[in-house]
Amino acid sequence: MGEESHEHGISRRSFVTGVIGVLGGIISAIVGLPAIGYLISPALKRESADEWIPLGWVDDLPEGEPALFSFTLTKQVGWERTAFSYGVYVVRKADGELDVFSNVCTHVGCRVSWDEDIAEYVCPCHDGHFARDGAIISGPVPRPLDRYEYRVEEDGRLMIHLQEG
Amino acid sequence: MIERFGNWLDTRLGLRTIYATVLDRKVPKVNWSFTLGSATLFLVVMQGVTGIFLTVYYVPHPDQAYDSINYIMNEVAFGWLIRGIHHWGATLMVVTVVLHMLRTFFYAAYKYPRELTWITGVLLLLVTLGMGFTGYLLPWNQRSYWATTVGTNITETVPFIGDFVNQALRGGDELSTLTLSRFFSAHIWMLPAALLGILGIHLYLVVRLGISHIPEKDE
Repeated sequence: MGEESHEHGISRRSFVTGVIGVLGGIISAIVGLPAIGYLISPALKRESADEWIPLGWVDDLPEGEPALFSFTLTKQVGWERTAFSYGVYVVRKADGELDVFSNVCTHVGCRVSWDEDIAEYVCPCHDGHFARDGAIISGPVPRPLDRYEYRVEEDGRLMIHLQEG
Repeated sequence: MIERFGNWLDTRLGLRTIYATVLDRKVPKVNWSFTLGSATLFLVVMQGVTGIFLTVYYVPHPDQAYDSINYIMNEVAFGWLIRGIHHWGATLMVVTVVLHMLRTFFYAAYKYPRELTWITGVLLLLVTLGMGFTGYLLPWNQRSYWATTVGTNITETVPFIGDFVNQALRGGDELSTLTLSRFFSAHIWMLPAALLGILGIHLYLVVRLGISHIPEKDE
């Protein structure tokens, strides 16, 4: 029988092999493509935030001393509402203007803290150092500390503009 | 080129021998009921794959199990599909396993020299039912909660050790987070491990002994 079908150019065996291969490919695609979507699905949903956050009163801030403010923002993540905490350094400059920094290190996202002894912001992860005005001093950091847009209300309350996503 | 690479691989891996032994076995003339074992094997693989995918989002905790499954069903892309396949595949697998057993029984295929294939098959049936029983609790909804309450309570009818068995299954007197954790552990680690081990023996025996022919009228 094999001999006979060879005369038509394709044997029964290779025909069946081919059909199984094609069907297998189609089934794999039907199952595999949704599977990829399933895995990356949360990454495709961008949570965006664009709001003014009341940070605190700045009337009594001493000049030139970085003060740490913190707030939490609750977001819906998956099936849960999760509170994320934010740290903000506020410095009153001599001219009365403010420097408002995020405490997120610009290298790979650890949190910097103000070291009074050396008067620098220090990141504990890779020893990144920033100056009082946020400028790079040393370490692997790619750019100065990020700043928030801010405004001071009439009653002296500091508001910062949080933009994400 | 491809053939040379194939030869190179085969010299080292012996894949063609495995292929010939496993797939080019001589089989007697059989009918469609002889595909039930392969169908079950396919379902086992499918349950394994979809189950692994479900663990990406599912959380086995009373506060989150139900919510995480809701999330899979309503928020995750194709989550309804993955869970749907796992849900219906589980039901279908019990059906194919039982039909597979009935076919073996009525064709008397369990006889010498295939007794061990039959015994491992019975163990696989029990593991399959265990997978169904433990998996049923995981959604942690009303149906699964009370089904497991009833299911574990049934063990109390066993003389002397019934109470203990119930407590061991539940991890305490009541259905709790301990019950959910241990059912989850059994469902994704212990029972699948047992299943793979026994299934290995079962399939080895099928390959080694071959399958029996359909009995003649005078046999």
